[in-house]
Amino acid sequence: MTWQVADVVGVVAETPHVKTIMFDVPGWPGHRAGQHVDVRLTADDGYQAERSYSIASAPDGTRVELTVVRIGDGEVSPYLTGQLRPGDQIELRGPVGGYFVWEPPLGGPLLVAGGSGVAPLMAMIRLRAAAGSDVETRLLLSSRGWDDIIYRDELQRLNGNGLTVVHTLTASQPPGWTGYARRVDTDMLAEVGPGPAERPRVYVCGPTPFVEAVAEALVHLGHQPQHIKTERFGPMGS
Amino acid sequence: MDELMLDGNAVAGMLGEVFAVEMTTATMICGNCGMAGAVGATHVFRGAGVVLRCPHCDNALVKIVEGGTRMWMDFGGMRTLEITL
Repeated sequence: MTWQVADVVGVVAETPHVKTIMFDVPGWPGHRAGQHVDVRLTADDGYQAERSYSIASAPDGTRVELTVVRIGDGEVSPYLTGQLRPGDQIELRGPVGGYFVWEPPLGGPLLVAGGSGVAPLMAMIRLRAAAGSDVETRLLLSSRGWDDIIYRDELQRLNGNGLTVVHTLTASQPPGWTGYARRVDTDMLAEVGPGPAERPRVYVCGPTPFVEAVAEALVHLGHQPQHIKTERFGPMGS
Repeated sequence: MDELMLDGNAVAGMLGEVFAVEMTTATMICGNCGMAGAVGATHVFRGAGVVLRCPHCDNALVKIVEGGTRMWMDFGGMRTLEITL
C-alpha cells in the first residue's frame, strides 16, 4: 500500500468547528463503509505529519470525503480545515481497516456516535441509502448542541425507511427541545434499542471516554462484547 | 474524526506497509493475560513510536518504531497472531 496524491475538489462547513473535505483520488480502488485513510502532510523543510481519518462518504468511484474537526493546537487539522482549497493536493494512503466495517446485507445495526465519531457511521448510512436498503438501522448521536450536529440536515432527510435517528444534546438545547439532553447512558440505550435479544451489530465511535462508557453500558444491557465494535479517538474535544 | 485515533484501526495503514493481508481483523493473543482480540480493538499509544496495548490487561503487545527507511517491530508481548489468508 503506497501514498497517493489526492486532489481537493470541495470543502464544506458542517458546523463552526468541523469541515468536510472532498477529494478525487485518481486510481482509488474503492472502499468499504467504516474504513479510513491516513493523511500525510509534508512541510517545506521536509517534516512530515500523519493522521488517520475515517471516510465519511459511501463508496463512489474515485471520490473520498473526510470530515475533520479543527483542533486548536493540532498539527494537521488546522491545515485541513483552514487552508485547503479546491485545486490543492495532499497525500493519502488507504483505504485501510476491515474491523470497523458494515455493509447492507449485515442486518439491523445499532450505531452510536459521539460528535465527529459519526463520520464512519455516516458512510454506513449513506451506503445503506445508496443501495436502497430498508434494513432496520438506528443511529444515536450525541452532540453538544443543535448547531454542533454534524450532517444534521442530511440525517433529517434520510430519517425513515427503516432508519431512526435519535439525537441527544449534552451541553445546550434549543428552545422547546423535547429530545434527550444528557450523556448516553444505559437507560437511553435501552430505550433506543434494539435490545440484545435481537443481536444487533453495534458500532460505537467517538472519543475514548465516550466509547468506554457506551460499550460498558451495552454489555451491562446484555449485548455480547463480540457484537460491539468500537473505534476511538482523541484527544478530547472539550 | 479528530486527530489521534487511539485504537488498532489507527495503525492499519502502517501495518499495511508490511503485511500483505488486512491486519485490523487479525486476532492477537496477549502474552500476559491470554485474552484473544482483534488488532483493531487494541489500544494504541503514539509517542516516539507506536505501542499496541491489550485492552484487557494493558500489556504492551506490539511496539513499532519507524525511522527513515527502516522499521522496527517488537512482537514480544504477544503469544500468537492469527491472520485470515
